[in-house]
Amino acid sequence: MASLLEQYAGIVGEEVIEHLRQLANPLKDMKIVHVNSTREGGGVAEILNRLIPLKRELGIDANWEVISGEKKFYQCTKKMHNALQGNRDDIPDALLRSYERINKQNYEELKTKLVDADIVFIHDPQPVPLLDYCSARKGKWIWRCHIDVSHPYRPVWKYLRKFITGYNASIWSLAPFAQPLPHIQYLIAPSIDPLSEKNIDLSEEEIAVFLDEWGLDRKNPIITQVSRFDRFKDPIGVIVSYRLIKKYAPVQLVLAGGSASDDPEGMQVLKEVKAFAGNDPDIHILELPSNANRAINALQRGSDIIIQKSLREGFGLTVTEGLWKGKPVVAGDTGGIRLQVINHHNGFLINTPEGAALRIRYLLKHRDILETMGKKAHQFVLENFLITRHLREYLTLMVALMFGSEERIELKLSVS
Amino acid sequence: MDTDFKVMDCALIAISTGEQAQNLRELRDRLVTTHHGCIYYHFWGSLLRPRFDDPEYQNDFAIWASRSLHDKRLAEQLSLIDPSIYPNLDALRQEIVEVIEQNLYESEYVPWAKLGDQFYFNRSQIVVFDSGILVKDPEQLVGLINHLPLGSIFYHFIDARRRSKEGRNDFSLWLDRLGEKYKPLSQHLDVIDPYFTTLNELRREIDVVFHDYITGGA
Repeated sequence: MASLLEQYAGIVGEEVIEHLRQLANPLKDMKIVHVNSTREGGGVAEILNRLIPLKRELGIDANWEVISGEKKFYQCTKKMHNALQGNRDDIPDALLRSYERINKQNYEELKTKLVDADIVFIHDPQPVPLLDYCSARKGKWIWRCHIDVSHPYRPVWKYLRKFITGYNASIWSLAPFAQPLPHIQYLIAPSIDPLSEKNIDLSEEEIAVFLDEWGLDRKNPIITQVSRFDRFKDPIGVIVSYRLIKKYAPVQLVLAGGSASDDPEGMQVLKEVKAFAGNDPDIHILELPSNANRAINALQRGSDIIIQKSLREGFGLTVTEGLWKGKPVVAGDTGGIRLQVINHHNGFLINTPEGAALRIRYLLKHRDILETMGKKAHQFVLENFLITRHLREYLTLMVALMFGSEERIELKLSVS
Repeated sequence: MDTDFKVMDCALIAISTGEQAQNLRELRDRLVTTHHGCIYYHFWGSLLRPRFDDPEYQNDFAIWASRSLHDKRLAEQLSLIDPSIYPNLDALRQEIVEVIEQNLYESEYVPWAKLGDQFYFNRSQIVVFDSGILVKDPEQLVGLINHLPLGSIFYHFIDARRRSKEGRNDFSLWLDRLGEKYKPLSQHLDVIDPYFTTLNELRREIDVVFHDYITGGA
């Protein structure tokens, strides 16, 4: 079987993989440790599942460690996660003590690996205090923040900040997320993995099976929004847009999101969305389990246009996924969506349900433009938002950290 | 040998400076003092970042003026600033500040961006490494240029202007060292405008110049 790098070369081209090999040369045999709090589920685990084997193929001694805790620890980190995204919720002292104690316990287990590593990447807030316990560390420590921290709840940020300031560097997904800190702050945008279940090519037959299962008719246009049931994703606004389009074209609307059973606010939004949709047979509200990656893939591929009518968005990986499937994306003019959707090139940035309806009607009327935009959309993600670009930036950052802090770092090593 | 051309490659990583501007006056104030790397990043760095082949505006300041300040006039004026004609980044910085000050002077109010639409000042670190490609003579570059990584084009054609005293690209400097025979070729390369383009387009242009000259088309 082809190596991972060979598989990616088949998608992005040998030139891109060769570039990675050259860049990784000076990092050969370096000990790199990534630490997060879960091996499966969630975007961070998804990325690490790919990045670690890729780094190893490039000759880097990369390892992935996972910290574990008890109920109180996870309660605390869940609250932290929400607070960093702006939820005004104080964390009781008892939970914070548990958070620090669990980190100390995990440190004792990982001690040797962490002390000896040349570079340690700590992902998100869960393992942040590990650094404080590792006073004998030899390498550089980097905090990688995957969360939208543009408007953090200040008391919780202030608590975490005292741990984060000790790091040699931090990485943020977008410039607006970066917070004042006394170290260098790198910017690395998220990416998608073209070989994952959610993004891999599917046969027309498989797509048809899924669409049939959901009662969707491919003869009529399908407009899809994939996102959790959250007010910031404006699902009601999507339905308003759909009704404005429906007067002119026989469209079907799909609102697909994860099950909201463990999220009281999500359940409330879902209830409101269902009530607003009424009995319209052409509005399909799908509650898909979190591992329904192939189903989401088929849904995006089977759609004519992807909509992401967010009012506020971090990066918007569902936009990236839609573009990758060769679909124009009509999306809210906010956050990281602006990096991805370029008006008239691969979709449209909109501000209102009316704006979304207008652009979707335009695309449905001009099928040739829809097709052209779809092709450009795929190419744009290919060149900018795949995991190979993410890996390149990690490698660049590692080289920069290990070989100098200046603006320009010239590697003297010749290519082997 | 001294006459060989060693093709280098480079990769850029963005760094947040934490500085931001909410309105045009703040942008002007920050521009005066910000790290010169920010000027470089927001003018040249965009060539290595996501964008389509025909961007409406050529640098991040112009894009912000258009998108967030909704000031098309300013956007056009900022977009027309050609960074390749300034001897250094401070001279370029001065020109941007001039354009903004003129607009502030003529404007009845200070244009503001919505909350969340601030201008964020970034800079970058560039890592330069050997691509492993060694070119013996200009003839060898015919057909090869189109297969060079975009990082190599950036390094030898854009970044070179900052490194060389003459503000020229590496290919031209190399050709001049090879003697009179290649002077016309280096002159052709010198007149390629590296700014109002993309790296893909630039690579094609350089390839055509080499091809036409070496094969006698020019």
